[in-house]
Amino acid sequence: MELSPEEQAMLQGELGEPRRWAIEHMMRVGRFFDAPDFVEVTQAHIMADTESLGEAGVAFLENLMTYPASERQVRIPMITDPRGIDFCHYQRLKQTDEMAVLEQRTIEAFESMGILMTNTCINYQTIMPPVRGEHLAFGDTGVVIYCNSVLGAYSNFEGGPSSLAAGLTGRTPRYGLHLDQNRKATRRFRVEHQPEHLSDWGALGGIIGARTGSYWEVPVIEGIDSNPDSDEMKHLGAAMASFGSVPLFHLVGVTPEAPSLESVCDPDSLAVETIGEAVFEEFFARYGGKGEKVDVVVFSAPQLSLLEMQSLAALLDGEKIHPDTSLLAVTSPVVAADARRLGIAERIEASGALVLEGMCFYQSYAREMGEANGWKRLMTNSVKLTNIIGGYGYEPTLSNMENCVASAIAGEIV
Amino acid sequence: MATTELKCHVGVGPEVSGEALVTDDNFSARYDLDRIAGVFSRPQHKLAGKSYVDKIMVFNTAKGGVASAWMLHEMKSRGIAPKAILFNNVNPILAQGAALANMALCDRFDEGDVTQLIKTGDQVTVNPQLGLVTITRD
Repeated sequence: MELSPEEQAMLQGELGEPRRWAIEHMMRVGRFFDAPDFVEVTQAHIMADTESLGEAGVAFLENLMTYPASERQVRIPMITDPRGIDFCHYQRLKQTDEMAVLEQRTIEAFESMGILMTNTCINYQTIMPPVRGEHLAFGDTGVVIYCNSVLGAYSNFEGGPSSLAAGLTGRTPRYGLHLDQNRKATRRFRVEHQPEHLSDWGALGGIIGARTGSYWEVPVIEGIDSNPDSDEMKHLGAAMASFGSVPLFHLVGVTPEAPSLESVCDPDSLAVETIGEAVFEEFFARYGGKGEKVDVVVFSAPQLSLLEMQSLAALLDGEKIHPDTSLLAVTSPVVAADARRLGIAERIEASGALVLEGMCFYQSYAREMGEANGWKRLMTNSVKLTNIIGGYGYEPTLSNMENCVASAIAGEIV
Repeated sequence: MATTELKCHVGVGPEVSGEALVTDDNFSARYDLDRIAGVFSRPQHKLAGKSYVDKIMVFNTAKGGVASAWMLHEMKSRGIAPKAILFNNVNPILAQGAALANMALCDRFDEGDVTQLIKTGDQVTVNPQLGLVTITRD
């Protein structure tokens, strides 16, 4: 890789050991992907949950803390993805004190590096939405696909170590989605059934993600009649990234790089793959459980926007969750604060549901929580969550928010 | 004994040898594994129930899961980890994770579909710096 004088100085350790480690780590990754050089980035976002860090990851961060502030502090604004713990609720969720201690150690390490603990995977709705053409180093696949696709920013999927390296150096290797030639459509989908609920948008993302199935493929989607809103695009993208490791999609007439089909591909060169009503029905049909007891209903992955919280509150007004069922509404600290100020959180909690903030269900020791609480049958409107949670011992059922709430009240899947 | 050499893109991590465990399925450390027990746990995965400890794993591609970048490091620190992971095509997350964990990882094989070229039970040596994988069969 071609290095600037400043990058050479980092590699020589002249700017301290943390930045030397960071540039060397990124050079390994850059070499793997044939990056010619580095590109400067304006923001970094890091996945920070302790379940994935483990003792080894936390110890790695604590080692960085031992260097002088001038050497360990990040050079660009850097924020965090959801944590594994909501300190106000972890005991009620039967998470352990050991988990909370590991979380506290992580927070101290990140804060000593000047990282802002935003604890959110909806930073594009709540913190600082990127602008078109902005180069970023963002963690969380849902964040990356949204910022690339809906906002026209440039980011690869950055795992924690690489996000941290980008924060410490202010750059990332120039490969993948930082290069315009990798942003053209390679697959063409025509939708012949209009998504209605957020779970339908997620299903469309899951269908396209599963068919596309590669970080190096870019789907372009035609046939959507409506103008989707931010939450709809959020569920579409999060599911697509989860099912297919897809980091970018184009929606003709909606996303900024695709004002027309021709702007992202040669239409004659790509076969049209249609997605009709039957494909949606088949997607939903694989989630069973109708009539069975539901242990936990989860709204999470991605965290809820203020408008999703408002919709949930309206469905729960005057209702009580079944005593043998739990309902968890998971959101960001910013949205939670607004939801409290506006009385929305209290309306949700009056039903017996829990409002959790700064965490995400599947990043929060979901296996241990499930075992401790006896949760097996999980219901959600998040297609992304259904894709992940099976590996943690749950049996997921997918439906829209209205049916999820009705099931939580009935104590069984309606 | 017959040996076969496969050429791939330059990878990350050290040279290692071990027994192959192969599937044409995909891989995510977050979605697919019970990392404490060291087995594949997602019921739909083609290797469900199988141990990955000290294996040379071979998959088609990697999926979702930014967290996997920390997880390889964490798995390796406890000694409950694969020795190497080979893909037809990997996403950045796993490559970044292998770089942190110093775990051998390679992809992009000249000879074609690596999930067909290597068989479960083969003895395999992976040299990421040379981009070379050697298969030994009885």
